[in-house]
Amino acid sequence: MNLILNALAALGRGAIAACRATGALAIFAVTGLLHLFLPPFYPRLLGRALIGMGFLSLPVVSLTAIFAGMVIALQSYTGFARFSAQSQTATIVVLSVTRELGPVLASLMMAGRAGAAMAAELGTMRVTDQIDALQTLSTNPMKYLVAPRLLAGLIAMPLLVVVADILGVLGGFIVCTLKLGFDGPDYLQNTFSVLAPEDVLSGLAKAAVFGFVIALSGCFHGYRSRGGAEGVGSATTSAVVMASVLILALDYVMTEAFFTR
Amino acid sequence: MSVPKIRIRGLRKAFGSKQVLDGVDLDVWPGTSMVVIGGSGTGKSVLLKCILGLIEPDAGTIEIDGQNILALGTRARIAARGAIGMLFQNGALFDSMTVRQNVAFGLIAKRLASGAEAARRANGVLEQVGLSPSVGDLSPSELSGGMQKRVALARAIASEPAIMFFDEPTTGLDPIMGAVIDGLIVDCVKRLGSTAVAITHDMASTMRIGDRAAMLRQGRIIWEGPAAEVMTSGDPVVDQFTHGRREGPIQMELRK
Repeated sequence: MNLILNALAALGRGAIAACRATGALAIFAVTGLLHLFLPPFYPRLLGRALIGMGFLSLPVVSLTAIFAGMVIALQSYTGFARFSAQSQTATIVVLSVTRELGPVLASLMMAGRAGAAMAAELGTMRVTDQIDALQTLSTNPMKYLVAPRLLAGLIAMPLLVVVADILGVLGGFIVCTLKLGFDGPDYLQNTFSVLAPEDVLSGLAKAAVFGFVIALSGCFHGYRSRGGAEGVGSATTSAVVMASVLILALDYVMTEAFFTR
Repeated sequence: MSVPKIRIRGLRKAFGSKQVLDGVDLDVWPGTSMVVIGGSGTGKSVLLKCILGLIEPDAGTIEIDGQNILALGTRARIAARGAIGMLFQNGALFDSMTVRQNVAFGLIAKRLASGAEAARRANGVLEQVGLSPSVGDLSPSELSGGMQKRVALARAIASEPAIMFFDEPTTGLDPIMGAVIDGLIVDCVKRLGSTAVAITHDMASTMRIGDRAAMLRQGRIIWEGPAAEVMTSGDPVVDQFTHGRREGPIQMELRK
């Protein structure tokens, strides 16, 4: 009997902790969003966050996109070859890249790079009292540290995904024309004839949401970091894991909303 | 002097089952320096953070100039905080900024100066704490511990606050540098006419900085008196602590 009660108690504690964490995250997100619209504003910090999340992430996102496009071209070609439908390769490449691979892979790479960096930076500021110091200097840390990063996530991620889309399609084009013997102009014509604006726009909408989630996760865990170097490390891991899981879960939700009507 | 600059009554704060502050009463009079002493983990930093508004106490009142700051709204609290300067134990300098930007930060945030004027005033404050303005171009990580403490002090006094807090100002410094920092603190406080609260377990620092001293133990102030008398208080608990004796009423609490 005691064993069952203990198990139930542990379950209850876990549920309460999960609810508390979800509530804290929601309050953090709403507070951060509110500070986007209330002065003072820090355009210099927004610019720095945009460079960190956007410009400096270009190499890793570009490499990921181009290789993803190349792989999907190869896989589609070998798969379609069984049904003598290799001509559909361009269609599959462009749709998978713009709808899914571009936003999801770019966001997962960003979660590992920029999300981890945010959590580590804010976590270090927390454990070295720099966030407390901001408050004693009449500066709201949510406005100064969190709001610019959230906005940078919203803006930078769609821009990165535009680059990822172009390079992903380019990767498929390179493999198909140089290795699989496709005619270049025909491949491009197939690509653009099947591509609809909503394919790209749905990917960009996903990217904006994922960018916000990455920034939110990095800021949330870094801001609440405790206990020195170990706490910062733990916050960084939690930020990447939470962002990655949320990206994949939200990707399903948004895909269902966009494409199964 | 009918109203204390800072008046604390019945301040309580617990973390889980651990009661850190258990009814702290303390008065700090205008223009004086109060040093709160006590062993490690007795709640000195928590007391300071409660006054600063960084930690929300469970009960009690904290009055500044007769106004209970715990009853104020967010904006009023931020405004009240504008009159306070704080020197953190480890300096807490912003490592993404230069020394000059660190010192000028409060001036700009509190809208006391902008851009070039804030930088000019920051250079002046750096000179007040014995640093050349050329140090302003360096990053905090390029400075020694003593220099970082001076920069942190410069940042704390740059906006000429009416109240100043010092969290273990000499921790981690050699005795000479500790004396230098204490001297700078006394000079700054006297020159600005500020009210100061310092927490420390360094007795030499206590007597150099403080006009009065109070000892915090088991969440309460158990002794208060002139800082000059802290070594000869006659209280067995205070005496054991200030003289660092192993034997006495204070038994080191081992982890239970």
